[in-house]
Amino acid sequence: MGLSLQVDPVRCEGFGMCAELLPEAIELDDWGYPIVREGILPEHLRELAERAVEVCPVLALRLVSPERVRSTLQTRSLAPHTALRSHGGG
Amino acid sequence: MLATATTAMKSTANAGTSAANRGARAGFEPRLLAGPSFDAGPESWEQHRARLGDLPAASPSRIIPSIERSGLIGRGGAGFPVGRKWRSVAERSGRGAVVVANGAEGEPRSAKDRDLMHLRPHLIIDGGLTAAQAIGAEDLVVYAGSEHGDAVRSMSRAIAERAGRDPVAVRLVEAPRGYVSGESTAVVHYLNAADARPTSTVERPFERGVGSRPTLVQNVETLAHAALIARFGDAWFREAGRGRTRGTALVTVSGPVRTPGVREIEYGVTLAELLAISDGATAEVGAVLVGGYFGGWASTQGLWELPLDPLDLAEAGLGFGCGLIGLLDAELCGVQATERIVRYMAAESARQCGPCIFGLGAIATALERLAACRPARDDLENLTRWSTQIVGRGACHHPDGAAALLTSGLRVFRDEFDRHHRARCAHRVAGLGEG
Repeated sequence: MGLSLQVDPVRCEGFGMCAELLPEAIELDDWGYPIVREGILPEHLRELAERAVEVCPVLALRLVSPERVRSTLQTRSLAPHTALRSHGGG
Repeated sequence: MLATATTAMKSTANAGTSAANRGARAGFEPRLLAGPSFDAGPESWEQHRARLGDLPAASPSRIIPSIERSGLIGRGGAGFPVGRKWRSVAERSGRGAVVVANGAEGEPRSAKDRDLMHLRPHLIIDGGLTAAQAIGAEDLVVYAGSEHGDAVRSMSRAIAERAGRDPVAVRLVEAPRGYVSGESTAVVHYLNAADARPTSTVERPFERGVGSRPTLVQNVETLAHAALIARFGDAWFREAGRGRTRGTALVTVSGPVRTPGVREIEYGVTLAELLAISDGATAEVGAVLVGGYFGGWASTQGLWELPLDPLDLAEAGLGFGCGLIGLLDAELCGVQATERIVRYMAAESARQCGPCIFGLGAIATALERLAACRPARDDLENLTRWSTQIVGRGACHHPDGAAALLTSGLRVFRDEFDRHHRARCAHRVAGLGEG
């Protein structure tokens, strides 16, 4: 089954090693924090991705099944207005 | 600043009771704000029961379908269907769930939740009890923003008035001040560990929340509506509303109108009608902030006849959000107004996630230079790029909200942004529409 990459934004400190290993799926923003391509990771990148997960110094990168990707932690998944979840708890 | 704003809201909200009826369609009666005049202060338990009777017992098998049929949607900002949310928690509540009545209301210009907590505390508790019965919860936590003094005192008094007479334990927790402290994972984090910052755990509050139990975090206005549905039924609830979204809603009107403040409207009234029941504008309106800091700017073109219905607003690229309608005086500068809000959002970051800390920080700095007509050469270009780049990359939606607000500002005030980019502002530099 296919897996997706997910960054825990609280843990991530912008070391950038993931983007170095896996530029096909991860780029860095202007401040050195990863932007992960959304969707299922292509199978041929799987091994590199596992390595990227291992080398992250703060264990912020995960490989998860797509249904466990939290909507708040998805990358550019939705248009801003539809993506917004309330700050008021519904 | 906030104290002044709250006082203003309060006094104007008082004036709003009669106004809410005056301009509305014949036959429309306020629901949440029915009852004693606002000047009388909080409705007591005796008054509340004399007016509405006792809360009927709600069995899960009846109340959840009834809430679903009513079409009730959340009033904290996201507008998620309430029945579906309750069902999700009920399905997981084997270990005894928790209901949190969320009255943090960190949105600076919104006053509807604090006013409702102040004036109709028992309606909120009734709604919390209805939710608790529906999902099998043993605890109800009223989470009220500590800066909303009248609301906190009123909720506290209301809980004491009915102490021991409710089937679940009810307690009040004061939410620490802060824009994000009402975000649902932040609420759970605070109740568990006294830290009101959002979390990035994979499990959502309805799966694993307060004390690791399934937790329903629901806005106080939403619960107040549920309390009325429990009494009068879903068919009654659906009688109000002009268009597709049924029911009534609380809104806060701010800016250059004669009577700003909180009022209850039927979904689907137009902005022109809302302006009329606010006794008209006191200045030409240049743009409107729809939905709060998590919403966006709208140009006034075609806006006055747009129904204030979440579905119509969504089709127009807007959101009902927390019901804030903020009018901007046409004499004031939209770039500066946008800068004020985004700078506030940047300062309110929980400072946990890089894209939020550095992205919002950089955006605020560039906006500040632009607003002051001292832009760096690439400020405007960077703003456009960053406004899409930071979306979806925080533990909560705080950066997304700021980005959406910025995107709307760049669109609605495009000419003004261009002028500022060339270091020329056409507006006066006072007031800044903080209203």
